Amino acid sequence: MSASILFDTPGPKARRRILMINIVGAIIALGVVAWIFFGLAGKGQMKPEQWDDFVQASTWKNYLLPGLVNTLKAAILGIIGSVIFGLVFGVGRLSQNKLINGFCTVIVEFFRAVPVLLMIVFFNVFFARSLELPGDTALWAVVAALVFYNGSVVAELVRSGVHNLPKGQREAGIAIGLTRGMSLRHIEIPQALVAMLPALIGQFVVILKDSALGYIISFNELLFFARTYSSPNGNVLQALIVTAVIFILINFTLSKIAEMVSKRLSSRVKKSKDAPAELVGAPAGALAAGSVDSAEKDPNNPGV
Amino acid sequence: MRKSRLGKVAAMAAIAALALTSCGGSDSEADGDKIRIGIKFDQPGLGFKDGDNYTGFDVDVAKYVANELGYAEDKVEFVSAPSANRETMLQNNQVDMIFATYSITDERNKVIDFAGPYFVAGQDLLVASDSDINGPEALNGKNLCSVTGSTSAKKVKDNYAEGTNLQELPGYAECVTQMSGGTIDAVTTDDIILAGLAAQPAYKGKFKVVGKPFSEEKYGVGLPDGTDKCKAINEAITKMIDSGDWQKALDKNTEGTGYKPNSKTNPPKLADTCA
Amino acid sequence: MENYLSIFTEYNIPGAFWVNIQLTFWAAIGALVLGTVLALLRISPVASFRAIGSSYVNLVRNTPLTIIILFAVLALYGQLGFTLGGDFQANFFRLSVLGLAVYHAAFVCEAIRSGVNTVPLGQAEAARAIGLGFMPAARLIILPQAFRGAIVPLGNTLIALIKNSTVAAVGSVATESSSVMKSMIEFRADIVIPIFLTFAIGFVIIVIPVGLVTTWLSKKLAVAR
Repeated sequence: MSASILFDTPGPKARRRILMINIVGAIIALGVVAWIFFGLAGKGQMKPEQWDDFVQASTWKNYLLPGLVNTLKAAILGIIGSVIFGLVFGVGRLSQNKLINGFCTVIVEFFRAVPVLLMIVFFNVFFARSLELPGDTALWAVVAALVFYNGSVVAELVRSGVHNLPKGQREAGIAIGLTRGMSLRHIEIPQALVAMLPALIGQFVVILKDSALGYIISFNELLFFARTYSSPNGNVLQALIVTAVIFILINFTLSKIAEMVSKRLSSRVKKSKDAPAELVGAPAGALAAGSVDSAEKDPNNPGV
Repeated sequence: MRKSRLGKVAAMAAIAALALTSCGGSDSEADGDKIRIGIKFDQPGLGFKDGDNYTGFDVDVAKYVANELGYAEDKVEFVSAPSANRETMLQNNQVDMIFATYSITDERNKVIDFAGPYFVAGQDLLVASDSDINGPEALNGKNLCSVTGSTSAKKVKDNYAEGTNLQELPGYAECVTQMSGGTIDAVTTDDIILAGLAAQPAYKGKFKVVGKPFSEEKYGVGLPDGTDKCKAINEAITKMIDSGDWQKALDKNTEGTGYKPNSKTNPPKLADTCA
Repeated sequence: MENYLSIFTEYNIPGAFWVNIQLTFWAAIGALVLGTVLALLRISPVASFRAIGSSYVNLVRNTPLTIIILFAVLALYGQLGFTLGGDFQANFFRLSVLGLAVYHAAFVCEAIRSGVNTVPLGQAEAARAIGLGFMPAARLIILPQAFRGAIVPLGNTLIALIKNSTVAAVGSVATESSSVMKSMIEFRADIVIPIFLTFAIGFVIIVIPVGLVTTWLSKKLAVAR
């Protein structure tokens, strides 16, 4: 009950009332779950044979795991590419050269505004027709789209991370004779990277979720395999739920890691300003917000 | 010195990326004594990847032809060939031939070669077994499903039944799922694809192919431009038809649907299709 | 050039964008309402309400939008026969809106919660001191300030929603821009890049003003403290 100070510590009467509402709330929640369950059962969606496919080794070995491997492959390549892209363009946006700065700004703003799905569809056809790529064209199309969008987001993280460092850092660097670029490389960016780590991990969740868009271009990822598998077996609904659960588990773990990193960092780096007390606990999505820059950059990024 | 820390991170990332891509790339690497055949991986009854097994009519014909060309079954490597990528895969030498519901068209013939046809399909309708829909004209006011961006559903709407409701989904598998739920009255595409869908275990006996094809699609074997294999492939297909293996493969893959291919055009006659 | 211009007569490109804008509009309203309710649940004194709110957010936020919309069309409608009225096509449009709203509500909820954090402690204390209970305090004191403090994250969610409206393609909305672009580049192989740039720039034109308005609004409406 101490999570919020939006309400008084309840007295005996309020406690009783809250208990009552609590029970009502729990009953409503259980009721909704039961309603969904019996609704599904009534429509013949709760038959054991529709579900036990997903506890069989062959289903996992032949469909879900190969799909998951492709999903993770796309996500990992996407993450690596985004970080490289983000570093290059983030530093580019910090450049004092107007041309470089302008170019990087246009690229970053452009790719942040274009839907990932549009890029996936385009790259798939473009790569298939114009470039000779090793392996699966669809994989490259998904990775390219993920890198351009998320790389641009990371570039913004790098830029705002550097902007939020105390000015003294750069001044000290220049005072000991470093050039502007050296100070960036050796002093500012390493610190910015550490500060943006939680937001970066949060972005990985977005990348992982976005990889499911590859389904639309028949990239053989988890969702694609799940529906290829379920179609001949007549359990699409069940397959979608199982796929969602797999995504949720992975993403939830990633979010928790980001939260942990964020906590560890905030205890390491004391905030310069007095942090205002918060009315409620930090929003889970904005986990990283506090440590980087809560006003300008919002890591509670819906992505897809 | 922390001089190159950033550089190190970037280098490590690059190495990791390379490692990942190289294991992705090795799948389609040419291997001297093997033959790489492009098929669909998600088309039950035609080309379907079931774990380590490949099933379907396209696959059976491909295996037969490969065998006739001197490639035993363990020398055949199946590669996924999605519709949009087929020409490029042949042009870039990523596959040696393609058996993937690949219609012979003049447009495609400009950039690649075709052997065959090994089957003549036609656009048809898949409906519930107890449905009274008997042709595209009967679709007014009914719900028809097809794949996003495909022209077959538009053809029905433009030429046969203007009052058709179209649902477009990412794949035929989704269409069949919708029909099993009762929200869709018919699915349209090539008849053999429909038969393959209807032959899936979960739908046995539930759906039927109407059996009045209203177009003609000649399924050919896609080959790189200027190939010398065309004649040999045609001979293999002819042999498969004459020996009865062709019919057996067709029956096996459409079992239980009562599907009969258009007998005017099937089995196809292969007269000098090689340029 | 003529070749390129012909795509505008052959395909209804502005119409495709209009579909995305309509999807966005209805989904935004739905997400805002649902998100506000969720935010209220998450800051309420009742533990079970908080649990409901946070489970919703954690489940939905970690699920790919593709699965949510696919679920609405294939499972909710296809298997369970759930419809949202209207004619055949309108039903898919509405199901897609539902999926978009359900997904983005989780982000709206978190945006509002981050807005609640910008409200100084004293405000809540003062509200309690004058005897307001939870709901009146939330309605009269906390939420109005929270919304004003949450404009930037809400704006970001809106931008994401505009872009994510293209995912309605998996929900059988074949008239929205990503589906239209998909069929265009498949039939017009000669001008793949100009077609992509046309659609991409279209989104830039829609998204960038929203970003600018958000920044302007957040400054104009900032609570002076």
